[in-house]
Amino acid sequence: MTQSIQLKREPAVQYLLRVGDTALILAQRLAEWCGHAPVLEEDIALANMALDLVGQSRALLTHAGKLEGAGHDEDQLAFLRDERDYFNATIAELPRGDFAFTVLRNLIVATWARLLWERLLDSSDAEVSAIAGKAVKEARYHQQHAADWVVRLADGTAESRHRIDAALTAVWRFTAELFDSDAVDAAAHAAGLGPRFADLREPWLAEMTAVFEEAGLSIPKDSAFRSTGTRGVHSEHMGFILAEMQHLQRAYPGGVW
Amino acid sequence: MSTSPVQNEWPLWEVFVRSKAGLDHKHCGSLHAADAKMAIQMGRDVYTRRQEGVSVWVVRSDQIVASDPGDKAMYFDPAEDKVYRHPTFYELPKSLDHM
Repeated sequence: MTQSIQLKREPAVQYLLRVGDTALILAQRLAEWCGHAPVLEEDIALANMALDLVGQSRALLTHAGKLEGAGHDEDQLAFLRDERDYFNATIAELPRGDFAFTVLRNLIVATWARLLWERLLDSSDAEVSAIAGKAVKEARYHQQHAADWVVRLADGTAESRHRIDAALTAVWRFTAELFDSDAVDAAAHAAGLGPRFADLREPWLAEMTAVFEEAGLSIPKDSAFRSTGTRGVHSEHMGFILAEMQHLQRAYPGGVW
Repeated sequence: MSTSPVQNEWPLWEVFVRSKAGLDHKHCGSLHAADAKMAIQMGRDVYTRRQEGVSVWVVRSDQIVASDPGDKAMYFDPAEDKVYRHPTFYELPKSLDHM
């Protein structure tokens, strides 16, 4: 059994891992649809998006490993960290739920990600800017695909409306975390690496409101609840998802195919 | 669609993909989708995953009018012995390279 790696918690590393881990963990959740989506075409669409996210995550984890300077590569960072060293937003690790939950969560995360990637195009770090150039196109499609389905389900049958309502109630309180700011993103902002997450909130809310208006949904009230995945403190679901993701690397160190 | 009052399945669409600017859209398959917008999106997801295209067309399958397979002999066989319709009997000037 391979031992966990010890991560150096540099602010820039942590900043990139917040984005890269959110992509990685959401990719894992989306991949769970493979073979289970309501129709074949959506099965492929969700798998496509999962692979887009894996690609973004690979690029960010590789770069974070270089900035960390401890010789960790993308595989070690993806598969050999302890739970507390993952910095994805908690929303990404919530169980896959039904199709309504999946597309609503995708809309929330993809809108956030697209706004973030647009700003990362101007990063002072040329590698991050290059990654953003590719990722922003993917995020734009993820956002459009999800928005389309949210409107269809909200404006569809009584059953689909019921499901999107239930999904909204379940997921909304996890959105606040995406815009939590602390010393990590303050440092990124000061260095020109990327924006403060709090600065994404206003444009994100405007875009969500526009989709919700078309869908006949209302933005729920803010909740006092704060999830803390971006600080390494995760929900009860994280351990299970890591067990599944890490099993092969832990059992067969350095295994490739 | 107008002939069946209850429609439980999404209608079928034919998908055409243009592989690069200047080339024709080519038929590459079909899929089920609720409407045109969804069909375009699914066409993109199903048929352009390996950089197959730069443009997608979709058309409702029931909007395509096809020749009757029973007419095959009458329609197509007569062309069989008319090789002179191929433009291979002309001497082309040397200056025309790429014909």
